[in-house]
Amino acid sequence: MKKIIYFLFLFLFCIGIFANAQDNAGLTLPAGFKANLFAENIGGARHIAITKNGIVFAKLNRANKQGQSIVRLEDANKDGVADKITGLANYGGTGIYLNGNSLYASSNEAIFKYELDNKDEVLNPLSPVTIVSGLINRRQHESKSITFDKANHIYVNIGAYSNACQEQDRTPGSKGKIPCPILDSAGGIWKFDGNKENQTYGDGMRYATGLRNVVGLDWNTQTNKLYVSQHGRDQLNTFFPSLYNDAQNAELPAETFYEINEGDNAGWPYIYYDPSQHKKIVSPEYGGDGQKEGASNFINPAVAFPAHMAPMAVLFYTGDQFPAKYKNGAFITFHGSWNRAPLPQEGFFVAFVPFKNGKATGEWEIFANGFAGTIDGAKVTSTNKAKARPCGLAQGPDGSIYVSDDTKGAIFKISYNK
Amino acid sequence: MVQYKWKGIFLAGMLLFGLTQSIQAQNVINGKKIYETRCLVCHQADGGGVPNMNAPLDGSTNVVGNDISRLVKIIKNGFKDKVELDGNYYSNDMTPNPDLTDAAIADVLSYIRTSWSNKSSIVTLAQVKNANKGNQKKNSK
Ligand code: HEC
Repeated sequence: MKKIIYFLFLFLFCIGIFANAQDNAGLTLPAGFKANLFAENIGGARHIAITKNGIVFAKLNRANKQGQSIVRLEDANKDGVADKITGLANYGGTGIYLNGNSLYASSNEAIFKYELDNKDEVLNPLSPVTIVSGLINRRQHESKSITFDKANHIYVNIGAYSNACQEQDRTPGSKGKIPCPILDSAGGIWKFDGNKENQTYGDGMRYATGLRNVVGLDWNTQTNKLYVSQHGRDQLNTFFPSLYNDAQNAELPAETFYEINEGDNAGWPYIYYDPSQHKKIVSPEYGGDGQKEGASNFINPAVAFPAHMAPMAVLFYTGDQFPAKYKNGAFITFHGSWNRAPLPQEGFFVAFVPFKNGKATGEWEIFANGFAGTIDGAKVTSTNKAKARPCGLAQGPDGSIYVSDDTKGAIFKISYNK
Repeated sequence: MVQYKWKGIFLAGMLLFGLTQSIQAQNVINGKKIYETRCLVCHQADGGGVPNMNAPLDGSTNVVGNDISRLVKIIKNGFKDKVELDGNYYSNDMTPNPDLTDAAIADVLSYIRTSWSNKSSIVTLAQVKNANKGNQKKNSK
């Protein structure tokens, strides 16, 4: 009898291990990596930041049921799952960044600063300092993503409230405006002082322009350069059916990853990047025909990704937990497409971009996949049915990485076991 | 004789029913074509839209509701009011369709009101014309 019970336990134990190893929270990962759900259903989680003690702060798109839009997640018993979840603030938005003991968060118009105590509790949840306000928000491309350099400057994306700067947005036959007036106050990256209160456009500088909508950005501390990922323009086929068919639109233009120097212009709305020709092509709203090349003063991408997949966050990996090839390379989350229709939607994954001697090699690979999940055993290819859509990205103190989802609000923890 | 009369009425009824059914079907078939070329890009093949970006038409209370003139106006003029729709907001700008005929608008509305899980009534040409009159009056005020 004892023996039977013993075997039964052994059997159950094995099943447990097997199920765990197989599951990985539904994700597909390279060999040696594992994933688990750190949290679920916290509300659509955009960007995330992690303290040196491993406390995760998530910025929500909109306030959750508790009326809170910054969620603090703590794993007190260290089992890899958040067990103490609290929150603060009530404004929706995307950006969150930890700079020492200062926690910066953005609404779709402003950037606020909070202070943390030595337990990583927020000291001034009701009275943050307003660092920047009055940034353009016309709903389209409204996210204000933020990052910092080492000298305490904030870099914030101000997305263009337009697809291709047409006289009438998203209207067939409407011409592109010359020059595009949106670029004066949006469609680029602005730089502000991280300490100064109450800044607005006049206090900052336009650091880079010609960027339609950058949701992901990170400072490469190795090379001291800003990197950004842009969402390319939509609807070449619906506006210019004589130049682009559905299949061509599904692959055009590339989603682009740029190294940015002060004063750079990436060319939106005048050009787009064609990943198969490896060229900057004049936009059809500006007289392009799908072949004509654009001006050479616009910068080239460091990496060109497949069209429409929507890069959401960039993270330079500085940890020691993952194998050496990942060190100082970049992870990028992809939200999944909508403008590949009528072709199936794709790109609900986290990509890895290898770097060599401080430069992207131009290659990329899928690191974590399967976020969209399956329905009746079939891969989900409709964006509105995706179970999770990768958005925020941050590195924990132990070198694990965390990926947030902005549908229901899951947070995945991905680790490597040697 | 009485028997024949009833048979006649029955047959005529069947004919009428079949005719309206096929008008309805034609309506929806035309509407589907318009949907595929003009609307599918944003509202998607399954009518589910794109979260936070393009409103879903499948399951939308406005789409299956009675305010036909609002729907007609949205199709004609496009839509970027960014108002709450069934508890959510959508960030994209909807393209106007000033070149669609009233009949085509009736067809595409018929399609979106009776497709996916939507089980509402079709929209007739007369309803669209009526809606136009109402919308014009509102605009001239
Ligand atoms: C460029 C993308 C786009 C295209 C193309 C488009 N729509 Fe829309 N549609 C939207 C967006 C975005 C909204 C919500 C706008 C808002 O809230 O301001 C919307 C809203 C609607 C609504 C209102 C839904 C509600 O719940 O009240 C209807 C009806 C509608 N669209 C029908 C159509 C039809 C029919 C077509 C094709 C003739 C079409 N749309 C083409 C993006 C689009």
